[in-house]
Amino acid sequence: MSIPFADLAIILPELLIVGVACLILVLDPVTPTGKKDYLAWISLGVLAVCALITMEDFGETTVAFSGLVVMDSYAAFWKMLLYLVSGMTILLSMSYLKEEKIELAEYYAFVLLALVGMMVMVSGADLLTIYLGIELMSITLYIMAGLKRYEARSIEASAKYFVLGAFSSGILLYGISLLFGVTGSTRLSEISTVVNGPASEDPLMLLALMLIIVGFGFKVAAVPFHMWTPDVYEGAPTSVTAFMAVASKAASFAAFLRVLLEAFGGVKPNWNLIILAICLITVALGNLVAIVQTNVKRMLAYSSIAHAGYALVGVVVAGWVGVEADVSSRGVSSLMLYLAIYSFMTIGAFAMIAILRKGGLEGEEIEDFTGLAKRHKGGAFLMLVFMISLAGIPPTAGFIGKFYLFMAAVNADLAWLAIFGLVFAAISAFYYLRIVMVMYMREPSAEQEKNTRLVLSPQVSVVLACAVAGVVLLGIFPGPLVSIADLSVLPIK
Amino acid sequence: MDVPISYYVVLSGLVFSIGLIGVLIRRNIIIILLSVELMLNATNINFVAFSSYLGNLSGQVFVFFALTVAAAEVAVGLAIIIALYRHSSSINIDDFRLLKW
Repeated sequence: MSIPFADLAIILPELLIVGVACLILVLDPVTPTGKKDYLAWISLGVLAVCALITMEDFGETTVAFSGLVVMDSYAAFWKMLLYLVSGMTILLSMSYLKEEKIELAEYYAFVLLALVGMMVMVSGADLLTIYLGIELMSITLYIMAGLKRYEARSIEASAKYFVLGAFSSGILLYGISLLFGVTGSTRLSEISTVVNGPASEDPLMLLALMLIIVGFGFKVAAVPFHMWTPDVYEGAPTSVTAFMAVASKAASFAAFLRVLLEAFGGVKPNWNLIILAICLITVALGNLVAIVQTNVKRMLAYSSIAHAGYALVGVVVAGWVGVEADVSSRGVSSLMLYLAIYSFMTIGAFAMIAILRKGGLEGEEIEDFTGLAKRHKGGAFLMLVFMISLAGIPPTAGFIGKFYLFMAAVNADLAWLAIFGLVFAAISAFYYLRIVMVMYMREPSAEQEKNTRLVLSPQVSVVLACAVAGVVLLGIFPGPLVSIADLSVLPIK
Repeated sequence: MDVPISYYVVLSGLVFSIGLIGVLIRRNIIIILLSVELMLNATNINFVAFSSYLGNLSGQVFVFFALTVAAAEVAVGLAIIIALYRHSSSINIDDFRLLKW
């Protein structure tokens, strides 16, 4: 059996990134400490090259390896987002790793390998490739969460992430195996043919569908499968938390939506109510529990759960029965838009936490932000922008994202869902604006004044500038991104 | 005499349930790891049984991949458990309460 070169050309970005990740692992031991930054620049270089390659793939649909991998605009959109997020993570990590004294070049290799896993997920057209992508991403992230080996919290986060991650993969895999038994295939298109026809009411198929939803529910951190999220986000190094909160969530949503729409698109009544229920409790619980948190990373973890809930509104709209095809695709495109916008504001917020230092430690409690506006006007203002964007207040991008999602819900005759979302968005403003209040209206104690400071490096400045530019520009001119998302939606059955 | 396919499905369902319950009720992290392995192996039983029943080899191919992934997962998992043990001299899940579970 020979592998045609045309197929290899489709996965060229993945091959390049794996190659560079291996190269970094080889170069790491021979690179003296203090020069590890070169390896980070190499990683950024390969991301730029891959972005150029992927840019060419917009607008075409190519199937490779006899249907295991598909490269369409949908995959290209997510890949571009993932390159951007990984690039920002690498830039953010360069000074953060030095501050935390975990200057390991493997770190960059891990970021790249996790990225490859996510890329395989978003362009997988077969449950086998999607599963392999998920595992590559998860196993790498287990290691990254425990990278601060000397700190008990980090290791504990890693262990908890590992146990629950492996557990959820097991559930997902069992679902896939049952589905294989029912349909005789793991290819999404072939599953769809059987599921639409003879097996549409098969109880084993329904069980498989449930297990797959549970498996993905863990990966996107939807309630009631969210319990790992706050612990892992709090314990992991902040740059890793940012990467997990943004990239792995985006990739999991991309794969989840592809599986639901391409394989189960013909049996929407079997899953849309479950997704709706998950969406409602995720939005409600994420926002309510975030209110009582005192640790900013933990609060952002619950906020990311709530945002996963909002993004699920897009899935609900895409899966709603009895709406026109263009309304369904509006659900998909608003989800893509929302996650792209969410990436900018969340990376920005985590970057602020990463650079706020208290003595030799990270300032991650809400009180560490006390009176920040007095000493660092610019830094406090950036945090203010990210917080109001997360709360969804205009003129920031967060508002645009919520607007398109809720409009999609209204168009699908789910106005009550939009109102439900709006009520909880208003509740969320309370805990986001509390940080703003603490920064601007509280007087810091003498000790806080002396100890907490922002440590800026050129690389972090670039990340913050990118994030704030994304939040503000997309808030004012969302047009280009909206049309790109509209053009990259999955074909709706 | 051929064993009917339903036997295999029931067997894998039982093994999967044992693994699932094990993860949920056991407190020793190594036992939890073993239970996860049981869940993965239940999947492999399913794949192989369906593969032979349907005369479709792709199920067996999937098993190879699943086995490899499981091996990688165990390697990383045991490394994490060792790091955890060096910190706290314990592998009981209940002892890890730095982060509210």
